[in-house]
Amino acid sequence: MKYAYFPGCSAESTARDMHQSTLAVADALGIQLVEPKGWTCCGATAGHQTDRILAVALPAATLVKVKDMGVDLVVNCAACYNRMKVANHEIAGNKQVRAKVAEAVGRDYDGAVKVRHLLEVLLDDVGADAIQKALRSSLAGINVASYYGCLLVRPSEVTGFDDPENPSSLDRLVAAMGGTALEWPHKVECCGGGLSMSRTDVVVNLTDSIVGMAKLAGADCIAVSCPMCQINLDMRQLDIARSKGNRYDLPVLYITQLLGLCLGVAPERLGLNKLMISPAKVVQAVVAA
Amino acid sequence: MTITISKSKSTPGLLKRVQDISGVDLSKCYQCKKCTSGCPVSGMAKCPPSEMMRRLHLGMGDKLLDSDIVWMCVSCETCSARCPMGIDVAAVIDALRKLAVQRGAAKPEGNVPLFNRAFLKTVEVFGRTYDFAMITAYKLGSGKLKADTEKFPTMLKKRKIALLPPRGADRKTVRRIFKKTKENGAGQ
Repeated sequence: MKYAYFPGCSAESTARDMHQSTLAVADALGIQLVEPKGWTCCGATAGHQTDRILAVALPAATLVKVKDMGVDLVVNCAACYNRMKVANHEIAGNKQVRAKVAEAVGRDYDGAVKVRHLLEVLLDDVGADAIQKALRSSLAGINVASYYGCLLVRPSEVTGFDDPENPSSLDRLVAAMGGTALEWPHKVECCGGGLSMSRTDVVVNLTDSIVGMAKLAGADCIAVSCPMCQINLDMRQLDIARSKGNRYDLPVLYITQLLGLCLGVAPERLGLNKLMISPAKVVQAVVAA
Repeated sequence: MTITISKSKSTPGLLKRVQDISGVDLSKCYQCKKCTSGCPVSGMAKCPPSEMMRRLHLGMGDKLLDSDIVWMCVSCETCSARCPMGIDVAAVIDALRKLAVQRGAAKPEGNVPLFNRAFLKTVEVFGRTYDFAMITAYKLGSGKLKADTEKFPTMLKKRKIALLPPRGADRKTVRRIFKKTKENGAGQ
C-alpha cells in the first residue's frame, strides 16, 4: 500500500506527536507514505477567511504535485484534509475557479487526486480485522470518548467522511483495540479551532463544554485526529481550571498514539511526552494488558 | 428578535456583493433558525447567523460588517451542514469577512484579521506556517503580550513548538499564488 502523505505544517511544530505516531503506525502496518516534494501550506482557516481563490490555490499547489505521483493522497490533520477536499470540490465543479486557480498556481489542475483521511485508509484499505491481528496489546476496556470535531465531517457533501452527525470511524478503531467506545453527545461539536489565540475566551467556553461532557460520560481519555482539536482540548484544560475552576485532568491522545501503543511501538516514538495532560494512566493500562 | 434598521444607513449593495463573493443565493433563507440552533457561538454572539441573514435581506448596510458574528464565528460549518435549503451560511460569513477587511470595518475583539494576516504572511514567506513568527507578530500587534506565556516554558521543554522556520517548501509557487490573488483583489 503506497500513498502520498501530506503531513501539514503543524506536523513540524505543535503536532510533531501526530506526525511521529502516524509514521510509526504506518510502518507497523506496512503502509508506505511518501511526502510530495516541496509540499506547501493548505491555507487553513486564515486562507478561506481571506479569499476564496487563495484558499483553493494553496492546497491545489500540493495536489498538482501529488497528481504527478499517480497515487492517492493521505492526510491525517483534519483541517488540511478539509481544505484539500474543498479545493478538489471547487476546482472540479466550477470552471471559473479552476481557471483562476490555474493562473495563480501556474499549472492547470483538474481536481481529480483522491484525498483520503488516514482513518479511511486504516478502516477501508487495511481493515479492522488486519489491524486486530497486528495488535500486541489492548486498550484493556478503558473508556474512550471519540471526538471528531468539525472538519472531518463538514460539509459532508464535500468531505464524504462517515456519518456527519454520528460518525463512528474512531469508535470502530477503539473497539478493534479492545477499548470501550463511549456513546456521548459531543462527538461533532466545535472546539473553536483557529480562534484559540485570538478569542481564547470563546475556545475556553467550547472546550469546557466538550471535555466536561466526556468526563461526565465516564471517559478515561479522549481520542482525536486533528491537531487543532488536540491542542485546544488538551492545553486549554489549564485555562478552564484557572478561569472556571473545573479540573478534568483528562488526557487527549491522537488515535495514532493509541494505535501505536497497542501495536507495540515504543512510547517515545509516539510523542506521548508532548501532551500537556499526562497520558500516564492510559499508557500504563495498555502496556500492562 | 426585533431588528431595527435605519433607512438612511441601509445599503442594498451589500446583499449583492455578498452573493457575488460567496456564490450563495440568500433569498432561499426562510428564517427557520436551524443555523442558530446548531451554532456553537450563538449563545455568546449578539447577532447569531439567522439574524445576520435577515439583516442582509432587510438591506442593512456596512454596519453589519461590525457584527460580532463576523469574527466570532469559528468556521465549524454546522450552519451550512444543517440548513434545510442547502445555503452555505459559512461562505456568507467568509464573504462578510472579506468585505469587512476591504472596507476597514471596526477592529473586532481579539483582532482575528491581524491573526489571519500574521498567519498568511509566514506562509507567503516560508511556504508553510511558522508558528513562532506568527505568534510574535500577532502578540505585538494585538498587545496580548502576556497571554499564554505561562505555558511557554513547558512548551519549550516539550519541544512542542518549532523555533526555526520551516524548510523544504516550494516557496516559489506559493509566492506566485499570493502575488496573483493580490492582483485579483484578495484583501490581504
